[in-house]
Amino acid sequence: MNELLLVVTIAGERVALSASAVEAVVELDTLIPVPRAAPHVAGLSALRSRVLTVIDCKRSLELGETDCSDGIREAAVVELDGHHYALIVDLVEDVVEAGSDPTPVRAAMETGWERVSQGMVETEEGPLLLVDVAALVAGAAEAKAA
Amino acid sequence: MDDLIADFVAECREMLEALGGEIVAWEAQPNDRARLDSIFRFVHTVKGNCGFFEFPRLEALSHAAEDALADVRAGRRQPDGALVSAVLAVIDRIGEMVAAIEAGEEMPGGDDSALIASLEQGAEGIAALAVTAAGDTATRASAAPRTIRLSVELLDRVMSTVSDMVLARNELARRLRECDTDVPVDGAFERLSSIIAEMRDAITRTRMQRIENLFVGLPRMIRDLSAELGKQVLVDIEGGDVELDREMIEMIRDPLTHIIRNAVDHGIEHPAERIKAGKREIGVLSVSARQSGNQILIGIHDDGRGIDGKRLVDKAIASGVVTKEAAAELSPRDQLALIFEAGLSTAKQVTAISGRGVGMDVVRSNVERIGGIVEVDSRLGEGTRMTLRVPLTLTIIPALTVSIAGQHFAIPRSAIDEIVRATGESVTLEHLGGAGVATIRGRRVPEVSLASILGLESQIAEMDRTLIVLRPAGGDVYALSVDRIHDHEELVVKPAAPAVMATGLYAGTTLADDGSPILLMDPAGIAEVGGVKLETHERAARIAEGPVAAVSKATPVLLFRGLDGGRRALRLAVVDRIEEVSVDSIKEAAGQLRVQLGDFILPLAGASAADIGDGKIRLFRLNDGQFEIGYAFAEVIDFASIEHEVINAERLGEVSGVTLINDQPAELIDAHWLFANHVGAAARASEQLVCRIPCWDPWMQNMLRPLVEAAGYRVIDDAEEERADVVIASIGEEQPEEVTEKTIWLRTEPEAAGKKDESIYRYDRAGLLIALKSVCAGRGK
Repeated sequence: MNELLLVVTIAGERVALSASAVEAVVELDTLIPVPRAAPHVAGLSALRSRVLTVIDCKRSLELGETDCSDGIREAAVVELDGHHYALIVDLVEDVVEAGSDPTPVRAAMETGWERVSQGMVETEEGPLLLVDVAALVAGAAEAKAA
Repeated sequence: MDDLIADFVAECREMLEALGGEIVAWEAQPNDRARLDSIFRFVHTVKGNCGFFEFPRLEALSHAAEDALADVRAGRRQPDGALVSAVLAVIDRIGEMVAAIEAGEEMPGGDDSALIASLEQGAEGIAALAVTAAGDTATRASAAPRTIRLSVELLDRVMSTVSDMVLARNELARRLRECDTDVPVDGAFERLSSIIAEMRDAITRTRMQRIENLFVGLPRMIRDLSAELGKQVLVDIEGGDVELDREMIEMIRDPLTHIIRNAVDHGIEHPAERIKAGKREIGVLSVSARQSGNQILIGIHDDGRGIDGKRLVDKAIASGVVTKEAAAELSPRDQLALIFEAGLSTAKQVTAISGRGVGMDVVRSNVERIGGIVEVDSRLGEGTRMTLRVPLTLTIIPALTVSIAGQHFAIPRSAIDEIVRATGESVTLEHLGGAGVATIRGRRVPEVSLASILGLESQIAEMDRTLIVLRPAGGDVYALSVDRIHDHEELVVKPAAPAVMATGLYAGTTLADDGSPILLMDPAGIAEVGGVKLETHERAARIAEGPVAAVSKATPVLLFRGLDGGRRALRLAVVDRIEEVSVDSIKEAAGQLRVQLGDFILPLAGASAADIGDGKIRLFRLNDGQFEIGYAFAEVIDFASIEHEVINAERLGEVSGVTLINDQPAELIDAHWLFANHVGAAARASEQLVCRIPCWDPWMQNMLRPLVEAAGYRVIDDAEEERADVVIASIGEEQPEEVTEKTIWLRTEPEAAGKKDESIYRYDRAGLLIALKSVCAGRGK
């Protein structure tokens, strides 16, 4: 009865997203840029007649930029306040069962990770960082403004 | 009305069908409370609706049944076989009548009093009646229902399936292009495409409804309400053809009703009061809807007593909503906004209709829940305007698709004034200090490039772009240059994610026919980001109709040749019209030349008795708003504008100065002097007073200046180094260097900010004139 986690790689790091928040894993092919939007908004894409706002997780974490020029990217689709977002990740790996409730990470993390962290969860594959989807979507700029 | 009846019939039919089983079950078990309740609900609903539609027989029947059932529910009466049969007979009769209404027939004949009597306690002999009624129904209920009710969820599902189908079709189209196909296959595919397009169109429209459906019940409601309150209200409704999402209409029904009830109850006064206040005894309540950019605006305006901002503040302090200190800092707008606080109402009396202090806060929260806002604007004694702004979510809006650097964007068509090519004949594009100014048929409009606003590299040379002249809601026009214009499309707009909306440039997102997302631009947002200064006050913008004043300070003049051959110019605004009269109608009388025009005799300037030859003479008819004079001339040369410096005449006289017009000197006629000397000695001032007005403020120059000049002042700019008798400045602007006690401050808000605020509202003509006159008088001492 433990929570399921989606294991993804962002900026070379394996992290976990709460699987209940993720509606689908898709491969994005079209990406329409949104001029003047916050840098971590990579653009818009469409999934089954819904508009997805594409979030570049790397940019959101201030860990560089995902290269979208080669076309197809893997992304996790989440819904937040009635809007659908696609989170671009390096790789979607697996679904695992959480072995514990998230516990605070007591070591110092990089700022970007610190901001999105919901704590550490134990899994069969060892401890993973549980990432807050809303914080990823909000991005760095807004967090600074707040 | 027909729509409403159809709805009513559909609802009754649906309830009757659902009730069919209940009735039988109730007959078996008269004590079953749940069954009783559902039957009660049915007759109650029918009764309520009948009152609205005026079906007296239906109403009487359902009312009687409701009474009997209410007694049972309250335990005052035991349900027995007789009662059950009587109720069943009534329900059958109702079904019969509903069927007749649906078929558009006359009501079936017959008297219902026997049926109603049978509901009475202890009545007997009903069985026979019930049987005949039932037999009747069976023959009539054969008409098939023409409407069905669907849940919105189902429609949503159908809609998204159709959208997916469109995408699948596009995919298929791509595949078909890749391989060689037979003509029949292509033909079949074409047919499929057009069917899908049609289906998508129909499905999208199922969710849309004209706002008329919401408005149609208002006149009746207002009539009933005003009759009850002893008031007279005229209703004016417009914009019923605006389309809105069906769900959205339901969401704004209650807030709208509430606002209207408030307006009739508290806003509009009793006829006697209105007459005392100098108004027509019939109050006017106008309700309008229009689409504005990405919003639907519903305005409710009454010409009643308005909202007393100060009383609101007092109440707010008393009830602890705001502190005294905070209240002192509230702007008039903030004061009015207090009506949305919970528990506040300025109504002296609590009536059955409104004024219980709950309401406006609920209205606001309801509207905000659907992403809308409520605005209030009120002037004490003059009326109140409430505006509901609800988002366009899911509404279809016609839009124009354009492209910049290969990326497509959509612009709402409602904001588009016209489209011109930058190289078009009557179009020129210039740059002043980096800012673009387009001149379109003599009209100067600020120009911004969509490419530079979006930070995109455009491959198209500036001169080859297309200009779209936009008029954002309530603002002035500006031109937007885009690379290319593509197509007019009807788009289903959805709100964009907050991160996208934060740019302030977009109104939403939409999907193009090929399934790729398109951003919908917000014309007002582009103007703001592009740095175009727009006149936000709608009213002011309307009066200042015409060229955008900010780009041109030129005063339009009429260039003409006088009778003595002199090249002269008159400010265009003072010229009413040109007349041609015969010389016979010009006479020297009472010390000066006068001309007869119809029934009027006007003083004539610009000519002496010696100049007048034979035949006809042409003259300008000048008007200062009160008096008229004629000014004779030989010929009109041109319309021009004063662009060069005016060299003022040394002596006061008919000519106020000389300036270059079209590279030749021309004398400027001093209209003020003309009137002062020809209309009467009373208007003659010994020396003109000087008033300083900021030159950069187009409002002051165009609207205020003539007023000040008409009051007998000579107007100078702040650039001119001359001592001014009075200075006019607007509040909030930089203070003019020369601040004297003779400074008149103007404010843009109608209400004063506080007691110490001695500024004058800028459209308070009387106040302004009094202020100017008092300066005049002070100097006379």
